Amino acid sequence: MTLAAEINSSSPEKLLSPVLSAFWDQPDSWTLETYERHDGYRGLRKALAMSPDDLIAYVKESGLRGRGGAGFPTGMKWQFIPQGDGKPHYLVVNADESEPGTCKDIPLLFANPHSLIEGIVIACYAIRSSHAFIYLRGEVVPVLRRLHEAVREAYAAGYLGTNVLGSGLDVELTVHAGAGAYICGEETALLDSLEGRRGQPRLRPPFPAVAGLYACPTVVNNVESIASVPAILHRGKDWFTSMGSEKSPGFTLYSLSGHVASPGQYEAPLGITLRQLLDMSGGMRPGHRLKFWTPGGSSTPMFTDEHLDVPLDYEGVGAAGSMLGTKALQCFDETTCVVRAVTRWTEFYAHESCGKCTPCREGTYWLVQLMRDIEAGEGEMADLDKLADIADNINGKSFCALGDGAASPIFSSLKYFREEYEQHITGKGCPFDPAKSTAWADNHKEVTA
Amino acid sequence: MTDNVSLGMPQLPAPAYPADVRARLEEDAKAIIDRYPGSRSALLPMLHLVQAEEGHVTRTGMRFCADVLGLTTAEVTAVATFYTMYRRRPSGDYQVGVCTNTLCAVMGGDAIYEELKEHLGVDDKGTTDDGKITLEHIECNAACDFAPVVMVNWEFFDNQTPESARKMVDDLRAGRTVEPTRGAPLCTFKETARILAGFPDERPGAVAATGGAGPASLVGLRLAKGETPQQTRIVHPRGESAGQEGE
Repeated sequence: MTLAAEINSSSPEKLLSPVLSAFWDQPDSWTLETYERHDGYRGLRKALAMSPDDLIAYVKESGLRGRGGAGFPTGMKWQFIPQGDGKPHYLVVNADESEPGTCKDIPLLFANPHSLIEGIVIACYAIRSSHAFIYLRGEVVPVLRRLHEAVREAYAAGYLGTNVLGSGLDVELTVHAGAGAYICGEETALLDSLEGRRGQPRLRPPFPAVAGLYACPTVVNNVESIASVPAILHRGKDWFTSMGSEKSPGFTLYSLSGHVASPGQYEAPLGITLRQLLDMSGGMRPGHRLKFWTPGGSSTPMFTDEHLDVPLDYEGVGAAGSMLGTKALQCFDETTCVVRAVTRWTEFYAHESCGKCTPCREGTYWLVQLMRDIEAGEGEMADLDKLADIADNINGKSFCALGDGAASPIFSSLKYFREEYEQHITGKGCPFDPAKSTAWADNHKEVTA
Repeated sequence: MTDNVSLGMPQLPAPAYPADVRARLEEDAKAIIDRYPGSRSALLPMLHLVQAEEGHVTRTGMRFCADVLGLTTAEVTAVATFYTMYRRRPSGDYQVGVCTNTLCAVMGGDAIYEELKEHLGVDDKGTTDDGKITLEHIECNAACDFAPVVMVNWEFFDNQTPESARKMVDDLRAGRTVEPTRGAPLCTFKETARILAGFPDERPGAVAATGGAGPASLVGLRLAKGETPQQTRIVHPRGESAGQEGE
């Protein structure tokens, strides 16, 4: 990096804003002791000094939006909970992180589980809930261990249990491990699963805010959304809104993966661009260039190198024809076959379709058949229109967004890479060598370096 | 599949657990049920519990869940067959799952999976003759910045290569201690299932094992602190050939 580049506004110190990740490099970062040493549970004390309604209003005014994909304002979700209805209220944290490419909540919980627990206690106070659940996907036992331990520590320290910090608030927290089903990341399927059923989405309305867990008012929030709340309370909403844009304020975790020089977590104000992230982190792997990428997991329409300067916030990505989603920036270089990539994603959606809605269950099955044929060089030109037609018949025609997600890679890859599909058909095979895409493909260069 | 379809008498009810096993499991089941306002919520953890007992979810295990929760065995079977983490036949002590979702597959997961299939002589969900290893390919496990990823009993083995994965399964079969890149030293599948049922891992040091965040999780933080861009692409898996990181 040149000196000029270091002092201009593209320096990482200026562009990044570690908050949740600020002390992940400290010894024993996952413990209560380390968390408290880094201002842990101070936001909770401020929250408990407010009235629950004021607290909801405060979080609303901060502009915090859901970090799980849809971007719904968190404070507004809390406000929808009917008060004085005599029913128990529940908070359910969606830690079922399974969207392909998404890898932010799992490292967050592994390194700093107390930020979530503090956020949970604050949220429970706001929505008048005395029982919260963390629905963690089952396939991440190292994280489950740390959550078990963090919850134990929080009970022992009086942050959970009866009369939290002498405030009169009672909060019970149950850590619940799932059993392997992408669909349980959809909030109503998650609730059915938490009730001990097959994870299948419910028809809405009623929305969970009215009839959620056990048909009681329920808030379902993503891990990162809830974990962001303590810092907003502790450092103030003005601090929070000083980052990001007016409609997408604050900081968030961007997860860079794939053929990049430095894959990993980058916490930055909303609105940073992929170009800025790549510039500061060493770019693509040496000798290669970006071909296509997802802004927020496989369910968000893919982008190409035309979109390097799209601001990665809810509005910016939406205006460019995709969705911010989970900010899972999966980057693929020119060695990658887009047909292969989309085939694999499509197989995933077919495997994970819960089977409830016909368009998704049947449509994903047929998409897989067509995609496999095309990848193997056995497709016909007419298949391309058929693909688009089937995707169109899935998109928006099922209970939940899984079907929409399955259609996204089909539509977007046909839009940007139709020629590559055609090459597979006319050339009767895949023109790419998968060996060149592997992480070790360029190893011979490393050895001589 | 069709050769398993029985057209005659329906199956007889599964045998119950022996009294002592049942008594022990009932105590665990009670602890699980007590965590929830509604008892049926205990079903998923209880299926993990019976899997911890027998290594897979048997008809006996499902009958136990149904009895304790006041459900029919059909209701329990419907749930047990919906979720991929419940194994439906006897399997190995170590569940080796290679991520072959798009990103890991492209980064080398496909090559690792092919290598292990050939090396172990098994197909998807197949178990080695010694009963040690069950191989499967898995979907995205939320570790894309550590691709390609292999999970063993749901502990993270990051930045794998065909060679490192082959060595790892050889070590497992030889009974050598195998440690993940993120997670605790491996325990058996049954012991893992018990943690999933919600009973904390009591082994000393298990929670702290492998330390804080993995290296990829820290790259942004290090840049923000003004450290020079680090080439964290790990060409060789950690622990194998130290000092070979970087380009």
